[in-house]
Amino acid sequence: MLFPSWAFLLFLAVLVPVYFLVPKRIQWIVLLLANAVFVCFAGVLGAVFLVVTVITVYAATRMFDASFARQKETLAAMKATHTKEERKSMRLRFEKRRRIVLVLTLVLNFGILFALKYGAAIGRISANLFGTEAFGQELALTMGISFYTFSTVGYLFDVYRESIPAEKNPFRLALFTSFFPLLVQGPITRFETVGRELSKPHSFDGRRFLSASLRIAWGYWKKLIVADRLLVAVRTLCAKPDAYRGGFILVEMLLYAACLYADFTGGIDITIGVGEMLGVTVEENFFRPYFSKNIAEYWRRWHITLGEWFKRYVYYPLSVSKPMRDLSKNTRRFGAGVSRRVPVYLATILVWALTGIWHGSNLTFLVWGLLNGIVILLSEELKPLYARFHVRFPKLTESTFYRGFTVIRTVLLLSSLRILDCYDSVGKAFSAFFSMFTTWNWGAVVNGGIQSLGLSCTDYAIAFLGVLAMFTLSMVQRKGAIRKRIMKRGTVFSVCVLLVLIGTILIFGRYGFGFDASQFIYNRF
Amino acid sequence: MEQLLGILREMHPETDFETETNLVDDGILASFDIVMLITRIEEEFDVVIPAKDIVPENFNSANALYALIQKIAEQDD
Repeated sequence: MLFPSWAFLLFLAVLVPVYFLVPKRIQWIVLLLANAVFVCFAGVLGAVFLVVTVITVYAATRMFDASFARQKETLAAMKATHTKEERKSMRLRFEKRRRIVLVLTLVLNFGILFALKYGAAIGRISANLFGTEAFGQELALTMGISFYTFSTVGYLFDVYRESIPAEKNPFRLALFTSFFPLLVQGPITRFETVGRELSKPHSFDGRRFLSASLRIAWGYWKKLIVADRLLVAVRTLCAKPDAYRGGFILVEMLLYAACLYADFTGGIDITIGVGEMLGVTVEENFFRPYFSKNIAEYWRRWHITLGEWFKRYVYYPLSVSKPMRDLSKNTRRFGAGVSRRVPVYLATILVWALTGIWHGSNLTFLVWGLLNGIVILLSEELKPLYARFHVRFPKLTESTFYRGFTVIRTVLLLSSLRILDCYDSVGKAFSAFFSMFTTWNWGAVVNGGIQSLGLSCTDYAIAFLGVLAMFTLSMVQRKGAIRKRIMKRGTVFSVCVLLVLIGTILIFGRYGFGFDASQFIYNRF
Repeated sequence: MEQLLGILREMHPETDFETETNLVDDGILASFDIVMLITRIEEEFDVVIPAKDIVPENFNSANALYALIQKIAEQDD
C-alpha cells in the first residue's frame, strides 16, 4: 500500500475514527490489527519475516531479563561464601550465555535482511565467478524491511545492555515492530520512546488532528508536485550514461538533490503526521540538511535516525571494544597522534562501509559509503587549518557570503558523491562525474537538451516553484516551527492553508491516469 | 577535574568547558571527538568507558563526564 494511493487514504480514513471511537484500553489492539492489514497488503512473505523478527527478539530479550535477575540473585548469594574471583567467573558465565543468544538473534535477523537484499546479487556474482546458474531472486518487498529490522534490533541491544527492561507482552513488541507508517521508509525509532507510546491510550484532539493534517499534506505536496516530477528527468538522465554527459551531469546532480530531498522528507512528513494524528510522536529524521556547512554536519541533519543507530550500536561499541583499545595501545610507538586516531579511523571507515552496504548490494553503494567516510576524516584533519584561516580572515569567514559558500560547497560535494547512486557501475559514475570537466556541451544542454528529459517547460516551472517554496520554508523554519505559527493564527486560517495545499496537489500533483505514483526512493534501502 | 578540563581545552580551546552544558546537543563534541576523548581518558585516568555509557547525558558537560569517570573508577575498585 503506497502512501500516495487512494487505498492508503481510505485505510487512514477508516482507522482514525475507529481508533478514537473504541474503548481506550483496546486502542493498541486496533492499531495492531491495522498494522497486520498494512503488512499483509505488502505481501505474505514480508509478514512472515516480520513475525520471525518479533518472535526471536521477544524470546531473546525475555531471556536477557531473566538472566540479569538470576545473575543478581546468584551473585548476592555467593557474596558471603565465595571469593571475588569466583563471583567474577560466575558473572562472566552469565554474560557469555547472553552474548550467545544475542549473536544468534542478530545472525538470524540480519541473515533475513541480508538474504533479501543481497541474495540475488550474491547469486549473480557466483554465476560470474564460477559459471554456475545464477540463484536468488529479487524479492519485490514493498516494505522497508531494513527499517523495522534496525529499530527492533536497536531494542534488542538496549535490553542486552540492561539500559531498558524487556517488554513482557509479545503483542506490544509486535505493535512497535509493525507500526505501519514506519514500514515504508522509517525513521528508525526506539522502543523506549515510540514503542512505549504506541501502547498508551490516546484521546482525540481536534487541533492536533488539524496540525497533523497540515504536515501530511505538506509531505504529499513535496512528493507529488516536486519529487515525482523531477524523478522523470533524473531517471532519463541516469538511463543513458553515454548520451548525457558534461553539463547534463551537473543538471542531474542538482535535480537529484532536489528530488531526493522532496521524496524522502515528504515521506517522513507523512509518517510523522500519521503518527501525530494517532497521538504518537515519531522522531524527526531531518533538520534542514541542505544548510549544513560540511559533510559531517550534513550527516547529523539528514537521515538522523540511521546515523544515530550506527553511532549508538556500531561506531561507539567498536571504538571502545577491547581489540580496538589493544590496537590503539600497540600503535603508541608511532606517537600519541597515531594511536588515538586508530579507533576513530577504523570505526569511521567500517561504519561508512556498512552504511554504503545498507543502501544496496551494488558496489557503487560501498564506494559511496567509503568516500563519505574519507571526506569526513579529511575534513576532521583539516580542522586546524580551517581554524587558522578563520583567525587570519575573521571578517570574511563570519560573512553571509562565506556561510553561503560553505553551504553550496557541501551541497555540491554530497551531490557529486550521490552520482554513484545513479549508475549501476562505479566506472560509469566516475566517467559521468569527470565528463563535467572534459565535455563542454552547455549549448546542447540549454538548446533542447533539458526539454528532452521527459518534462515540459511547465513541469520545470512548477518544479522550480516547488523547490523555491521548500527553500523559503526552510529559511522561515530557522525562526521557529512553521506549523505552530500557522496554528497560532487560528483554525480558519489553518484550514485555509490545508485547503490550499490539497488544492495545489490536486491541480499540479502527478497522480491519476497516465501517471504512476512511485514508491519512495528510500523504500528500496 | 583539572586534568579532564585540560584534555577538553586541548581539543576545543575556544569552548568554556566549565560552564557549557550542551556539548553534544550543540554539536561542540562530535562522535569523532568523543572517541578521541575516550581514548585520552583511558590513557590518563586508566578508566574504560563502556559503550552503553556513551550517551549525550554523560558527555554534555565536563561535570557529567567527570562524574561518569569517578563512577566507573569506583566500580572497578
